[in-house]
Amino acid sequence: MNLLTIAIGAIFVNNFVLVRFLGICPFLGVSKKTDTAIGMGMAVTFVMTLASAITYLLWQYLLVPLHWEYLQTVLFILIIAALVQFVEMFLQKVSPALYSALGIYLPLITTNCAVLGVTLLNTQQGYNFLQSVVFGATAGVGFTLAIVLFAGIRERLETAPIPKPLQGFPIALISASLLAIAFLGFSGLIK
Amino acid sequence: MVNQVLFPALVLGGIALVLGAILAVASVIFKVDTDERIGQIEEALPGANCGGCGFAGCSAYAAAIVAGEAPLTKCAVGGEKAQAAIADIMGMAAEKVEPKRAFVQCGGDCDAAALKFDYNGISDCAAAMRVAGGPKGCEFGCLGYGTCVSVCKFDAISIKNGIAVVDPDKCVGCGTCVNICPRHVIKLRTTDKKSDIKCKSTDKGALVRKYCKSGCLACGICAKNCPQGAITVDGVAKFDHEKCVGCGTCVEKCPAKCIELA
Repeated sequence: MNLLTIAIGAIFVNNFVLVRFLGICPFLGVSKKTDTAIGMGMAVTFVMTLASAITYLLWQYLLVPLHWEYLQTVLFILIIAALVQFVEMFLQKVSPALYSALGIYLPLITTNCAVLGVTLLNTQQGYNFLQSVVFGATAGVGFTLAIVLFAGIRERLETAPIPKPLQGFPIALISASLLAIAFLGFSGLIK
Repeated sequence: MVNQVLFPALVLGGIALVLGAILAVASVIFKVDTDERIGQIEEALPGANCGGCGFAGCSAYAAAIVAGEAPLTKCAVGGEKAQAAIADIMGMAAEKVEPKRAFVQCGGDCDAAALKFDYNGISDCAAAMRVAGGPKGCEFGCLGYGTCVSVCKFDAISIKNGIAVVDPDKCVGCGTCVNICPRHVIKLRTTDKKSDIKCKSTDKGALVRKYCKSGCLACGICAKNCPQGAITVDGVAKFDHEKCVGCGTCVEKCPAKCIELA
């Protein structure tokens, strides 16, 4: 499977939020403004890429040789949580500008199921190291695309005349489902 | 059987321990030194985040003080107490600032002021101003749509009978209402019980009388009667608070009853 196919698959065809329904919590929680949505998308992409690389190495050189494949979920959660904490501290020291841009979104990613989803899918699909990293990065790009699109829609919803019972989250959920239906148009693009 | 459970558990625990150790080491290596005075000053400030100091909030002001970019006297809300605490933290001498309160320079309530037309638009002073300069006959007075009420973080302003009224007990003198008022009818002044005028109209007396019963006619009676010579009249009476002793003569003599001791 070549890298381009993986990339297109992760961004459009099997978009993590809109097709796989992973990471719905930040998708709804941090999509009120485009700025914050971009921040969250960047943070997720960053962590997904790193997590894909590290969990691949652990999977290939620790769990598979020892036949402990069943431990992957527990181990991956552990790794992701520690990784996010480490990245947070590292950024605060090295790049305060990036740290303040990502702000509170970094720690939120610790429990983002989309990140765990990427790492588990990597092993499920039997990707090699490069494929895993590309899959992780493009899954993050797909997440960013979805959340930024959705934030744009929600900004317009703010001023739209919406019936009272539908204001707020109900209309957000309906718009999200319509966006997901739109993304179904990509299905069949790759096998 | 035991091996199958115990061994993976131990290894996982081991990995967790290693990760924990890495994080502990990282937290020391990547420690960011923040000036602890910022936190101390933030605690000394009232935490109202009113923006009266001109900074984005109390923490931004605290950071500016520590960076030496802001004077200690900017916080009107905390007053002397907060200033003394900040001066203590910074090792500087406290300057004295007099507490200030917002003062509405208009007495043209619904009974006194005539309207040019009925306004049924958005209940906001800036919006009302856009419609032919607002519905009030007077071009200087309070419009009474409560833009100041909506920005006041301290619930100190209310609209009573068509004009803004400041509750001196609640007002902290942050100046937010002064900046937002499109008519610039609110000012900050000291709370020393000296005379001040509740009118800004510099129109001729005859014209003022047409649109407001409590407007300054610039008749000069207050200036003539003031024993201290603290009042000058230039379209509207002006008070020199250096000279004023708060005797109240002008309040009694004013035919329009628009002077008060505030």
